[in-house]
Amino acid sequence: MSTQNRYTCTPTVSVLGVMKARLGGATKGHSLLKKKADALNMRFRQILKKIVDTKEEMGRVMKASFFTLTQAKYACLGDFKHTVFDSVDQASIRVRASTDNVAGVKLPKFESLKEGQGSKLGLIGLGSGGKQIQECRKSFMKAVDLLVELASLQTAFLTLDEAIKTTNRRVNALEHVVKPRLENTIAYIKGELDELEREEFFRLKKVQSNKKKHQLAAEALEKARLAALAAEKEQEEQDKPGPSPILAAIKKVANDFY
Amino acid sequence: MAEPGQGSLIAMIVDQDSATGLLLTGVGHSDLRKRTNFLIVDDKTTQSRIEEAFREFTTREDVAVLLINQVIAATIRHLMDAYNKPVPAILEIPSKDAPYDPSQDSVLQRVRFMFGEA
Repeated sequence: MSTQNRYTCTPTVSVLGVMKARLGGATKGHSLLKKKADALNMRFRQILKKIVDTKEEMGRVMKASFFTLTQAKYACLGDFKHTVFDSVDQASIRVRASTDNVAGVKLPKFESLKEGQGSKLGLIGLGSGGKQIQECRKSFMKAVDLLVELASLQTAFLTLDEAIKTTNRRVNALEHVVKPRLENTIAYIKGELDELEREEFFRLKKVQSNKKKHQLAAEALEKARLAALAAEKEQEEQDKPGPSPILAAIKKVANDFY
Repeated sequence: MAEPGQGSLIAMIVDQDSATGLLLTGVGHSDLRKRTNFLIVDDKTTQSRIEEAFREFTTREDVAVLLINQVIAATIRHLMDAYNKPVPAILEIPSKDAPYDPSQDSVLQRVRFMFGEA
Protein backbone atom coordinates (compact mmCIF):
# COMPACT_ATOMS: atom_id res chain seq x y z
CA MET A 1 0.00 0.00 0.00
CA SER A 2 2.53 2.54 1.09
CA THR A 3 4.76 1.74 -1.84
CA GLN A 4 2.09 2.49 -4.43
CA ASN A 5 -0.08 5.24 -3.06
CA ARG A 6 2.47 7.93 -2.44
CA TYR A 7 4.35 10.63 -4.25
CA THR A 8 7.72 9.77 -5.71
CA CYS A 9 10.31 11.75 -3.82
CA THR A 10 13.71 11.45 -2.27
CA PRO A 11 13.36 10.63 1.42
CA THR A 12 15.15 13.54 3.02
CA VAL A 13 14.42 15.77 5.97
CA SER A 14 13.71 18.77 3.77
CA VAL A 15 11.22 16.84 1.63
CA LEU A 16 9.59 15.61 4.84
CA GLY A 17 9.15 19.23 5.88
CA VAL A 18 7.62 20.08 2.51
CA MET A 19 5.24 17.12 2.69
CA LYS A 20 4.18 18.02 6.21
CA ALA A 21 3.45 21.57 5.05
CA ARG A 22 1.40 20.20 2.16
CA LEU A 23 -0.55 17.95 4.48
CA GLY A 24 -1.30 20.93 6.70
CA GLY A 25 -2.47 22.88 3.67
CA ALA A 26 -4.64 20.01 2.47
CA THR A 27 -6.27 19.66 5.88
CA LYS A 28 -6.99 23.35 6.09
CA GLY A 29 -8.35 23.42 2.55
CA HIS A 30 -10.52 20.41 3.25
CA SER A 31 -12.16 21.98 6.27
CA LEU A 32 -12.68 25.28 4.44
CA LEU A 33 -14.22 23.58 1.41
CA LYS A 34 -16.48 21.59 3.67
CA LYS A 35 -17.73 24.80 5.24
CA LYS A 36 -18.31 26.24 1.79
CA ALA A 37 -20.26 23.18 0.72
CA ASP A 38 -22.42 23.51 3.83
CA ALA A 39 -23.14 27.18 3.12
CA LEU A 40 -24.05 26.39 -0.50
CA ASN A 41 -26.27 23.52 0.54
CA MET A 42 -28.12 25.73 2.99
CA ARG A 43 -28.82 28.28 0.29
CA PHE A 44 -29.75 25.53 -2.12
CA ARG A 45 -32.43 24.15 0.19
CA GLN A 46 -33.95 27.60 0.61
CA ILE A 47 -34.10 28.04 -3.14
CA LEU A 48 -35.61 24.61 -3.70
CA LYS A 49 -38.53 25.41 -1.47
CA LYS A 50 -39.08 28.77 -3.09
CA ILE A 51 -38.80 27.45 -6.62
CA VAL A 52 -41.55 24.91 -6.15
CA ASP A 53 -43.88 27.47 -4.58
CA THR A 54 -43.19 30.05 -7.27
CA LYS A 55 -43.68 27.58 -10.11
CA GLU A 56 -47.06 26.63 -8.77
CA GLU A 57 -48.02 30.23 -8.29
CA MET A 58 -46.85 30.96 -11.82
CA GLY A 59 -49.24 28.28 -13.11
CA ARG A 60 -52.10 29.96 -11.27
CA VAL A 61 -51.23 33.51 -12.29
CA MET A 62 -50.82 32.57 -15.93
CA LYS A 63 -54.18 30.88 -15.90
CA ALA A 64 -55.79 33.99 -14.48
CA SER A 65 -53.99 36.13 -17.04
CA PHE A 66 -55.23 34.03 -19.93
CA PHE A 67 -58.72 34.37 -18.59
CA THR A 68 -58.46 38.15 -18.61
CA LEU A 69 -57.08 37.92 -22.13
CA THR A 70 -60.15 36.00 -23.22
CA GLN A 71 -62.33 38.57 -21.55
CA ALA A 72 -60.52 41.35 -23.36
CA LYS A 73 -60.88 39.59 -26.67
CA TYR A 74 -64.56 39.19 -26.09
CA ALA A 75 -65.00 42.79 -25.09
CA CYS A 76 -62.96 43.99 -28.00
CA LEU A 77 -65.27 42.40 -30.56
CA GLY A 78 -62.58 40.83 -32.65
CA ASP A 79 -58.93 40.24 -32.20
CA PHE A 80 -56.62 43.01 -31.16
CA LYS A 81 -53.49 40.93 -31.40
CA HIS A 82 -52.35 42.43 -34.67
CA THR A 83 -52.49 45.88 -33.17
CA VAL A 84 -50.33 44.61 -30.32
CA PHE A 85 -47.85 42.86 -32.61
CA ASP A 86 -47.52 45.94 -34.76
CA SER A 87 -46.96 48.31 -31.90
CA VAL A 88 -43.81 46.61 -30.73
CA ASP A 89 -40.99 49.10 -30.59
CA GLN A 90 -38.62 49.61 -27.70
CA ALA A 91 -39.00 47.35 -24.71
CA SER A 92 -40.40 49.17 -21.70
CA ILE A 93 -39.93 46.22 -19.39
CA ARG A 94 -36.41 45.04 -19.16
CA VAL A 95 -34.40 42.86 -16.87
CA ARG A 96 -31.50 44.05 -14.82
CA ALA A 97 -28.98 41.36 -14.01
CA SER A 98 -26.94 41.66 -10.86
CA THR A 99 -24.94 39.10 -8.95
CA ASP A 100 -25.37 37.73 -5.49
CA ASN A 101 -22.38 36.21 -3.72
CA VAL A 102 -22.73 33.05 -1.66
CA ALA A 103 -19.46 31.68 -0.31
CA GLY A 104 -17.55 32.89 -3.33
CA VAL A 105 -20.10 31.59 -5.83
CA LYS A 106 -21.62 34.27 -8.01
CA LEU A 107 -25.35 33.81 -8.43
CA PRO A 108 -27.01 35.82 -11.17
CA LYS A 109 -30.05 37.72 -9.99
CA PHE A 110 -32.68 39.31 -12.20
CA GLU A 111 -34.85 42.26 -11.44
CA SER A 112 -37.56 43.58 -13.69
CA LEU A 113 -37.15 47.17 -14.67
CA LYS A 114 -39.98 49.36 -15.92
CA GLU A 115 -39.17 52.32 -18.08
CA GLY A 116 -42.02 54.69 -18.69
CA GLN A 117 -45.18 53.63 -20.45
CA GLY A 118 -45.42 51.90 -23.76
CA SER A 119 -46.91 54.95 -25.46
CA LYS A 120 -48.90 53.06 -28.06
CA LEU A 121 -49.91 50.23 -25.76
CA GLY A 122 -51.94 52.53 -23.57
CA LEU A 123 -54.11 53.42 -26.50
CA ILE A 124 -55.00 49.94 -27.64
CA GLY A 125 -58.69 49.24 -27.46
CA LEU A 126 -59.67 52.86 -27.58
CA GLY A 127 -62.55 51.84 -29.79
CA SER A 128 -63.92 49.10 -27.61
CA GLY A 129 -62.93 46.92 -24.70
CA GLY A 130 -60.22 49.29 -23.47
CA LYS A 131 -60.84 48.57 -19.83
CA GLN A 132 -60.61 44.82 -20.28
CA ILE A 133 -57.42 45.20 -22.24
CA GLN A 134 -55.89 47.31 -19.51
CA GLU A 135 -56.97 44.70 -16.95
CA CYS A 136 -55.37 42.05 -19.07
CA ARG A 137 -52.24 44.16 -19.29
CA LYS A 138 -52.04 44.55 -15.54
CA SER A 139 -52.55 40.86 -15.03
CA PHE A 140 -49.79 39.99 -17.46
CA MET A 141 -47.50 42.56 -15.82
CA LYS A 142 -47.89 40.66 -12.60
CA ALA A 143 -47.17 37.43 -14.45
CA VAL A 144 -44.02 38.89 -16.01
CA ASP A 145 -42.76 40.03 -12.62
CA LEU A 146 -43.30 36.56 -11.29
CA LEU A 147 -41.63 35.02 -14.32
CA VAL A 148 -38.58 37.19 -13.86
CA GLU A 149 -38.39 36.20 -10.21
CA LEU A 150 -38.73 32.59 -11.20
CA ALA A 151 -36.02 32.96 -13.82
CA SER A 152 -33.75 34.39 -11.18
CA LEU A 153 -34.49 31.49 -8.82
CA GLN A 154 -34.02 28.94 -11.54
CA THR A 155 -30.69 30.37 -12.61
CA ALA A 156 -29.51 30.41 -9.03
CA PHE A 157 -30.67 26.83 -8.71
CA LEU A 158 -28.69 25.67 -11.72
CA THR A 159 -25.58 27.62 -10.77
CA LEU A 160 -25.69 26.41 -7.19
CA ASP A 161 -26.22 22.85 -8.29
CA GLU A 162 -23.10 23.04 -10.41
CA ALA A 163 -21.10 24.77 -7.67
CA ILE A 164 -22.12 22.21 -5.06
CA LYS A 165 -21.09 19.38 -7.32
CA THR A 166 -17.66 20.89 -7.92
CA THR A 167 -17.13 21.65 -4.26
CA ASN A 168 -18.12 18.15 -3.23
CA ARG A 169 -15.76 16.70 -5.79
CA ARG A 170 -12.96 18.80 -4.38
CA VAL A 171 -13.77 17.85 -0.79
CA ASN A 172 -13.81 14.18 -1.66
CA ALA A 173 -10.64 14.38 -3.72
CA LEU A 174 -8.81 16.02 -0.84
CA GLU A 175 -10.19 13.60 1.70
CA HIS A 176 -9.77 10.35 -0.18
CA VAL A 177 -6.88 10.94 -2.57
CA VAL A 178 -4.58 13.77 -1.60
CA LYS A 179 -4.56 13.36 2.17
CA PRO A 180 -3.94 9.59 2.31
CA ARG A 181 -1.27 9.97 -0.30
CA LEU A 182 0.51 12.68 1.66
CA GLU A 183 0.22 10.68 4.85
CA ASN A 184 1.68 7.64 3.13
CA THR A 185 4.52 9.71 1.77
CA ILE A 186 5.30 11.10 5.20
CA ALA A 187 5.22 7.63 6.73
CA TYR A 188 7.49 6.38 3.98
CA ILE A 189 9.98 9.19 4.47
CA LYS A 190 10.01 8.69 8.22
CA GLY A 191 10.61 4.95 7.82
CA GLU A 192 13.35 5.58 5.36
CA LEU A 193 15.02 8.16 7.62
CA ASP A 194 14.88 5.76 10.58
CA GLU A 195 16.44 3.10 8.45
CA LEU A 196 19.23 5.48 7.48
CA GLU A 197 19.80 6.39 11.09
CA ARG A 198 20.09 2.74 12.11
CA GLU A 199 22.56 2.14 9.33
CA GLU A 200 24.59 5.14 10.38
CA PHE A 201 24.62 3.95 14.01
CA PHE A 202 25.76 0.50 12.97
CA ARG A 203 28.46 1.97 10.79
CA LEU A 204 29.79 4.11 13.65
CA LYS A 205 29.85 1.11 15.97
CA LYS A 206 31.68 -0.88 13.38
CA VAL A 207 34.24 1.87 12.86
CA GLN A 208 34.76 2.14 16.59
CA SER A 209 35.32 -1.55 17.04
CA ASN A 210 37.67 -1.63 14.09
CA LYS A 211 39.61 1.25 15.55
CA LYS A 212 39.94 -0.59 18.86
CA LYS A 213 41.16 -3.72 17.14
CA HIS A 214 43.78 -1.78 15.23
CA GLN A 215 44.91 -0.02 18.38
CA LEU A 216 45.29 -3.27 20.26
CA ALA A 217 47.34 -4.73 17.48
CA ALA A 218 49.54 -1.64 17.38
CA GLU A 219 50.04 -1.78 21.13
CA ALA A 220 51.00 -5.44 21.03
CA LEU A 221 53.55 -4.65 18.37
CA GLU A 222 54.96 -1.78 20.39
CA LYS A 223 55.20 -3.98 23.43
CA ALA A 224 57.09 -6.64 21.52
CA ARG A 225 59.45 -4.04 20.16
CA LEU A 226 60.08 -2.58 23.62
CA ALA A 227 60.64 -6.03 25.02
CA ALA A 228 63.19 -6.73 22.32
CA LEU A 229 64.87 -3.41 23.01
CA ALA A 230 64.97 -4.13 26.72
CA ALA A 231 66.50 -7.53 26.10
CA GLU A 232 69.15 -5.93 23.97
CA LYS A 233 69.88 -3.33 26.66
CA GLU A 234 70.19 -5.99 29.28
CA GLN A 235 72.63 -7.79 27.12
CA GLU A 236 74.65 -4.62 26.87
CA GLU A 237 74.45 -4.02 30.62
CA GLN A 238 75.74 -7.39 31.36
CA ASP A 239 78.70 -6.54 29.19
CA LYS A 240 79.22 -3.20 30.94
CA PRO A 241 79.77 -2.87 34.68
CA GLY A 242 77.29 -0.76 36.73
CA PRO A 243 73.68 -0.55 35.65
CA SER A 244 72.41 2.74 34.40
CA PRO A 245 69.73 4.03 36.79
CA ILE A 246 67.82 5.80 34.07
CA LEU A 247 67.48 2.77 31.88
CA ALA A 248 66.37 0.70 34.82
CA ALA A 249 63.70 3.26 35.65
CA ILE A 250 62.41 3.27 32.05
CA LYS A 251 62.32 -0.48 32.05
CA LYS A 252 60.35 -0.48 35.25
CA VAL A 253 57.83 2.03 33.98
CA ALA A 254 57.46 0.14 30.74
CA ASN A 255 56.88 -3.09 32.64
CA ASP A 256 54.32 -1.45 34.84
CA PHE A 257 52.57 0.06 31.94
CA TYR A 258 52.27 -3.05 29.86
CA MET B 1 -25.87 44.16 -23.93
CA ALA B 2 -27.20 46.19 -26.78
CA GLU B 3 -27.77 49.37 -24.82
CA PRO B 4 -25.59 49.43 -21.74
CA GLY B 5 -27.22 50.58 -18.54
CA GLN B 6 -30.67 49.82 -19.81
CA GLY B 7 -30.92 46.23 -18.75
CA SER B 8 -31.47 43.11 -20.80
CA LEU B 9 -34.46 41.84 -22.68
CA ILE B 10 -36.93 39.06 -22.12
CA ALA B 11 -37.09 36.91 -25.24
CA MET B 12 -40.07 34.75 -26.08
CA ILE B 13 -40.94 31.75 -28.21
CA VAL B 14 -44.67 31.58 -27.64
CA ASP B 15 -48.00 31.06 -29.31
CA GLN B 16 -50.26 33.92 -30.39
CA ASP B 17 -52.30 34.23 -27.22
CA SER B 18 -49.31 34.25 -24.89
CA ALA B 19 -47.58 36.69 -27.22
CA THR B 20 -50.57 39.03 -27.18
CA GLY B 21 -50.65 39.07 -23.41
CA LEU B 22 -46.93 39.38 -22.91
CA LEU B 23 -46.38 41.99 -25.60
CA LEU B 24 -49.19 44.03 -24.09
CA THR B 25 -47.03 44.56 -21.02
CA GLY B 26 -44.25 46.07 -23.10
CA VAL B 27 -41.58 43.38 -23.09
CA GLY B 28 -41.48 43.38 -26.87
CA HIS B 29 -38.49 44.96 -28.54
CA SER B 30 -37.40 45.50 -32.08
CA ASP B 31 -34.12 47.10 -32.85
CA LEU B 32 -32.98 49.29 -35.73
CA ARG B 33 -32.76 46.37 -38.09
CA LYS B 34 -36.28 45.27 -37.11
CA ARG B 35 -34.87 42.30 -35.30
CA THR B 36 -37.42 41.31 -32.67
CA ASN B 37 -36.94 39.53 -29.38
CA PHE B 38 -39.89 37.18 -29.86
CA LEU B 39 -41.07 34.44 -32.16
CA ILE B 40 -44.77 33.84 -32.52
CA VAL B 41 -45.41 30.21 -33.22
CA ASP B 42 -48.51 29.11 -35.09
CA ASP B 43 -49.44 26.05 -37.11
CA LYS B 44 -47.36 27.18 -40.04
CA THR B 45 -44.14 27.67 -38.08
CA THR B 46 -41.67 24.93 -38.88
CA GLN B 47 -39.63 23.11 -36.32
CA SER B 48 -36.41 24.35 -37.85
CA ARG B 49 -37.62 27.94 -37.48
CA ILE B 50 -38.22 27.32 -33.77
CA GLU B 51 -34.82 25.73 -33.37
CA GLU B 52 -33.18 28.61 -35.15
CA ALA B 53 -34.96 31.12 -32.92
CA PHE B 54 -33.95 29.17 -29.84
CA ARG B 55 -30.32 29.22 -30.90
CA GLU B 56 -30.50 32.92 -31.71
CA PHE B 57 -32.06 33.92 -28.40
CA THR B 58 -29.73 31.78 -26.33
CA THR B 59 -26.67 33.28 -27.98
CA ARG B 60 -27.80 36.90 -28.07
CA GLU B 61 -25.93 39.09 -25.63
CA ASP B 62 -28.88 41.26 -24.65
CA VAL B 63 -31.26 38.47 -23.66
CA ALA B 64 -31.43 37.54 -19.99
CA VAL B 65 -34.58 35.45 -19.83
CA LEU B 66 -36.16 33.25 -22.50
CA LEU B 67 -39.79 32.29 -22.13
CA ILE B 68 -41.01 29.23 -24.00
CA ASN B 69 -44.47 27.72 -24.03
CA GLN B 70 -44.33 24.28 -22.56
CA VAL B 71 -45.93 22.77 -25.66
CA ILE B 72 -43.30 24.35 -27.88
CA ALA B 73 -40.52 23.39 -25.50
CA ALA B 74 -41.61 19.78 -25.84
CA THR B 75 -40.93 19.91 -29.58
CA ILE B 76 -37.36 21.09 -29.11
CA ARG B 77 -36.70 19.08 -25.97
CA HIS B 78 -33.35 17.86 -27.30
CA LEU B 79 -32.09 21.44 -27.52
CA MET B 80 -33.48 22.29 -24.10
CA ASP B 81 -31.76 19.33 -22.52
CA ALA B 82 -28.47 20.11 -24.20
CA TYR B 83 -28.61 23.70 -23.01
CA ASN B 84 -26.83 24.17 -19.71
CA LYS B 85 -25.84 27.81 -19.43
CA PRO B 86 -27.22 29.85 -16.54
CA VAL B 87 -27.80 32.99 -18.61
CA PRO B 88 -30.14 33.42 -20.41
CA ALA B 89 -32.43 31.54 -18.10
CA ILE B 90 -34.99 29.41 -19.91
CA LEU B 91 -38.44 29.36 -18.44
CA GLU B 92 -41.23 27.08 -19.52
CA ILE B 93 -44.57 28.80 -19.24
CA PRO B 94 -48.05 27.40 -19.71
CA SER B 95 -50.02 28.34 -22.81
CA LYS B 96 -53.65 29.15 -23.03
CA ASP B 97 -54.72 25.80 -24.40
CA ALA B 98 -52.41 23.65 -22.32
CA PRO B 99 -52.43 24.26 -18.57
CA TYR B 100 -49.18 24.09 -16.72
CA ASP B 101 -47.89 20.58 -16.20
CA PRO B 102 -45.14 20.54 -13.57
CA SER B 103 -44.14 16.98 -14.34
CA GLN B 104 -42.85 18.02 -17.77
CA ASP B 105 -40.67 20.86 -16.64
CA SER B 106 -37.04 19.79 -16.82
CA VAL B 107 -35.96 22.04 -13.99
CA LEU B 108 -38.85 21.09 -11.77
CA GLN B 109 -38.11 17.45 -12.42
CA ARG B 110 -34.67 17.98 -11.02
CA VAL B 111 -36.09 19.87 -8.07
CA ARG B 112 -38.42 17.00 -7.31
CA PHE B 113 -35.56 14.58 -7.63
CA MET B 114 -33.58 16.59 -5.09
CA PHE B 115 -36.50 16.66 -2.72
CA GLY B 116 -36.96 12.93 -3.05
CA GLU B 117 -33.30 12.51 -2.33
CA ALA B 118 -33.08 14.98 0.52
